[in-house]
Amino acid sequence: MKAETAARTRPATRSDKNLLWRDIIKNRWLYIMLIPGMLYFVIFKYIPMYGITMAFQDYTPYKGILGSDWVGFKHFQRFFGEPQFWTLFRNTFLLAIYNIVFFFPLPIVLALMMNEVRRERFKRFVQTLVYVPHFVSWVVVVGVFYMLFTTEGGAINELLYNLTGQKVAFLLEPGWFRTMIVGQSIWKEVGWGTIIFLAALSGVDTQLYEAARIDGANRWRQTWHITLPAIRSTIVILLILRLGNFLDTGFEQIFLMLTPTNRDVGEVFDTYVYTKGLTQAQYSYSAAVGLFKSVVGLALVLGANTMAKKFGEEGVY
Amino acid sequence: MQQDKTWGNRIFDFVNHGLLLLIGIVTVIPFIYILAVSFTSPHEVAKGGFILFPKEFSLAAYRYIFSTDTLIRSLGVSVYITVIGTFINLLFTSLMAYPLSRRYLRGRQPILLGVLFTMLFSGGMIPTYFVVKSLHLTDTLWSLMLPTAISAFNLIVLKNFFQAIPDELEDAAKIDGCNDVSVLFRIVLPLSMPAMATFSLFYAVAHWNSFFSAVIYINDSEKWPVQVWLREIVILAQSRIGDTSIEETEIQPLTIRMAVIVFSTIPIMLVYPFLQKHFAKGVMLGSVKG
Repeated sequence: MKAETAARTRPATRSDKNLLWRDIIKNRWLYIMLIPGMLYFVIFKYIPMYGITMAFQDYTPYKGILGSDWVGFKHFQRFFGEPQFWTLFRNTFLLAIYNIVFFFPLPIVLALMMNEVRRERFKRFVQTLVYVPHFVSWVVVVGVFYMLFTTEGGAINELLYNLTGQKVAFLLEPGWFRTMIVGQSIWKEVGWGTIIFLAALSGVDTQLYEAARIDGANRWRQTWHITLPAIRSTIVILLILRLGNFLDTGFEQIFLMLTPTNRDVGEVFDTYVYTKGLTQAQYSYSAAVGLFKSVVGLALVLGANTMAKKFGEEGVY
Repeated sequence: MQQDKTWGNRIFDFVNHGLLLLIGIVTVIPFIYILAVSFTSPHEVAKGGFILFPKEFSLAAYRYIFSTDTLIRSLGVSVYITVIGTFINLLFTSLMAYPLSRRYLRGRQPILLGVLFTMLFSGGMIPTYFVVKSLHLTDTLWSLMLPTAISAFNLIVLKNFFQAIPDELEDAAKIDGCNDVSVLFRIVLPLSMPAMATFSLFYAVAHWNSFFSAVIYINDSEKWPVQVWLREIVILAQSRIGDTSIEETEIQPLTIRMAVIVFSTIPIMLVYPFLQKHFAKGVMLGSVKG
């Protein structure tokens, strides 16, 4: 603390260099503590970033990054030329849109419903129930869906069969793929998604409601004029963030749901990188696809952040 | 907020409470169903129908699970990576967060920027895979713990938390002869126990639930954590139905598959009360900027 003020007030002289060294020696333990973390970020974050150069090479593990031949944008050209590119683009885009349209509004609605409950114990009870699926893994969520929806004795299909005499191949039929994905997201995350809105709602001054009531506003009008404006900025920022993460369609979930029959509707950029890179050993090509995704993703996040700031929100970065 | 006791309000409350209760129950019913079926005799399951309480109670599925060592071993692997992995997470994260929380530390800003940047951009799956491979970590359990040793987000949040601890405490401890390391372990960490509890839960749940790292890095099925087995038994076996190249016997009966799901979820359910409380707080922790 003292050293900092001293450094600031004194005019720049040669002794500043000594001061820097004195500072470093004085805080040597702090710097030593930084070492493991710095090593972690360098090894597992920054070296892979350097490894991206393999996207511009014909990388073979035998020759390594330093020895492989440079090929420029060959892999990118191949990727943009493939019909697969448009399939991936469409699948990613549609899943993201489905999520925004069908998933995004639900936590808001649920939070508003919970906000109307005055009995704290009942509210906490419902919260306890709806938070549960958030904590289980995607493997369990997808597994549970498989168990429920399979045509081989799954409860939903048994029920359907008793009602209509027919079974529906929810898991094999490509047409059901997106519905299943969004359904799983809804089950897993809607309850959890209410937290942030409930927190915003808990900050609303109850006097506002009293005043509105005296003015004759009924419940709907109170919701419309007091409650919704209170969470509007939260809604806006979450929506913008969601747009920033547009390409992140939930890799683990989709990876688990992919089967040979639904690959045409289910394959997205991330799963394509995995299939091409790690199962077919086209390392450079898949690294190029991954880089394309990362760059577009970065642009979207930064764009979303700028947008958030324009809306008068703080922004995230 | 108190509302007038008009009929409209009463009906609204009634419907609202009813709907919420319904949503809550529908959310947990799949778990109850799976728990119930796992305890039901295969004979009753074969008759079909929606079982919420087993009529013919049976432990056959669990007996089968315990008779094979694959599943028990994978549970052991999961416990191991959760315990050791979380310890590594907490140690690495707090060791790095503390120096970064000292505003007077030279070089703090560039390091923080470097950390933030990793949240925006990453090398991606393939280059990371080669780093792990060239360190000879593949097919070891380290590959499940070291590449995720620090979450940049948790690091920043913990740094902000440490920053809120008054500097006077640090100064006093130093006068008493503490160096920075002992300040962290004797003063700062004990004061941050609630935050540390939250972070251990965050990290532990992530370890327990993670499966994709193991899919990429671990070929040796003896080292698979339980989530990978779960995928193997429940999801892959299911999607192979109809594939004639697979022997029918490789597909486990419904009850056993459900018992596997129950097993891999039990630890989460045991700590659920803590999870719910601390995670809800954690969500808010993250929203404090600094």
